[in-house]
Amino acid sequence: MRAFAAIIRRDLLLALRRKSDLAMTLFFFVMVASLFPLAIGPEPAQLRTIAPGVLWVAALLASMLSLPRLFEADYLDGTLEQLALSPQPLALIALAKIVAHWLSSCVPLVALAPLLALQYGLEARAVWVLCISLALGTPLLSLLGAIGAALTLGVRGGGVLVALLLMPLYVPVLIFGAGAVDADSAGLGASANLSLIGAMFAASLFLAPLGTASALRIGLE
Amino acid sequence: MIWSGPAEFFAMGGYAFYVWGSFSVFALAILAETIFVIRRRNQVLHQLRQEHKNKPNP
Amino acid sequence: MLSLINWFRYASPQTFYPLAGRMIPWFAGAAAGFAAAGLYIGFFVAPTDAQQGQVYRVIFIHVAASWLSMFIYLVMAGWAAIGLSLNTRLSFMMARALAPTGAMFAFLSLWTGALWGKPTWGAWWVWDARLTSELILLFLFLGVMALQAAIDDPRRGDRAGALLAIVGAINVPIIYFSVIWWNTLHQGASVSIARAPSMAKTMLAGMLLMSLACWMYSIAMSLARARCIMLEREKHTAWVADLAGSER
Repeated sequence: MRAFAAIIRRDLLLALRRKSDLAMTLFFFVMVASLFPLAIGPEPAQLRTIAPGVLWVAALLASMLSLPRLFEADYLDGTLEQLALSPQPLALIALAKIVAHWLSSCVPLVALAPLLALQYGLEARAVWVLCISLALGTPLLSLLGAIGAALTLGVRGGGVLVALLLMPLYVPVLIFGAGAVDADSAGLGASANLSLIGAMFAASLFLAPLGTASALRIGLE
Repeated sequence: MIWSGPAEFFAMGGYAFYVWGSFSVFALAILAETIFVIRRRNQVLHQLRQEHKNKPNP
Repeated sequence: MLSLINWFRYASPQTFYPLAGRMIPWFAGAAAGFAAAGLYIGFFVAPTDAQQGQVYRVIFIHVAASWLSMFIYLVMAGWAAIGLSLNTRLSFMMARALAPTGAMFAFLSLWTGALWGKPTWGAWWVWDARLTSELILLFLFLGVMALQAAIDDPRRGDRAGALLAIVGAINVPIIYFSVIWWNTLHQGASVSIARAPSMAKTMLAGMLLMSLACWMYSIAMSLARARCIMLEREKHTAWVADLAGSER
């Protein structure tokens, strides 16, 4: 348990030292969200309709871009091998790194989402549901993303390959996440969507670190 | 479907483009895949034979 | 007990290679036979559909392609699981051999689906559950192939691709369910593009025969591809060297 907390603290510290990486993730989020109105037109009703989807996709892409950082630095300098050899279960170590990744890369996205939602003219209630769906959904993105990052350790093709691999995994999260806001706006209530995300999160919390650990071991052989 | 002549068969009730567009691409894909695999096999065998020639077993 | 011993004997590339070679012509022949029968029934025996006219005949290859793409993915994931748990390299080779054929059928399913949908429902592409899931299945195949291609070390590539295939297999029902949900929420196409006309027995027979044909074809093709992979990977062994000397 102490090792768990120690790894989280270490990764967060390393992430804070590279503030530019964090800034780039946020900047990408803002940029993608800003591109759509420019491309589609400023009509408020239309923007309000596409807002949940666009913001969810932007958050998804931004967090996906930050995934290689999860294991790459440690892989390159040999730390990952040492971690794999340690007495702690690799799955637990992977989970610790995932938690740190979520805290450093995804939480800022969730925090920034309300501002961007205002740009799209989303009403207060919709913004609230959006933030909850992102808060529940982004851990899933980190958990599933870790499997993709672990499979592509040091492989050329980098970010694009990870995106290709993760896209099918992300589809359900995206559907239920953005769908939660739409369902709520349509008066159907977001609880169904959010519970499904919750269920997927619970399952992934157990399964994803195991899958990540297997993938890491395959990459480290 | 009763065969009432090649013209009507190929016309497929006006849907010729869709029906034959599907079947032809299907046939093409299968043909292409077969050719690719045969070619891959020939390449491998050719490579192996070259290496065999260059390095005869002691 | 004896049969168990014989089974494991073919788990080595050296023994499986000639066996596969002998099997391929049979499966290819079966594929041709089933296809001939299926196409004959599809074009000359099955009646014209009351609603869709002649264009419904695309169903004979559309359904076959869809079923095969899903079946091949499951088989591929199965070989991946066997490979990862028993650590037999032949299993990984089979998994690698299946992927391109599966991807091809997934693509054909989408292509024929589009050409069937345009005259029937008025649009080339409809975001209904089945088509969307088929599209994601294609991405899954391409992902596995891309990952295997990107990793230079064949052993690592085998295992990484296998893990990805298994993760994808777990994911497919989730994707399918979520896409159905998404469809009903957004009240998408009210009529599913994949809903076939009410099945006359001949139509069903034609579909079955074409599916069998594609199945036999897939087996023949993946065995042939697996043989290529065996030759490429086992270059350093004596049996491949002997083969190079003798094979025409």
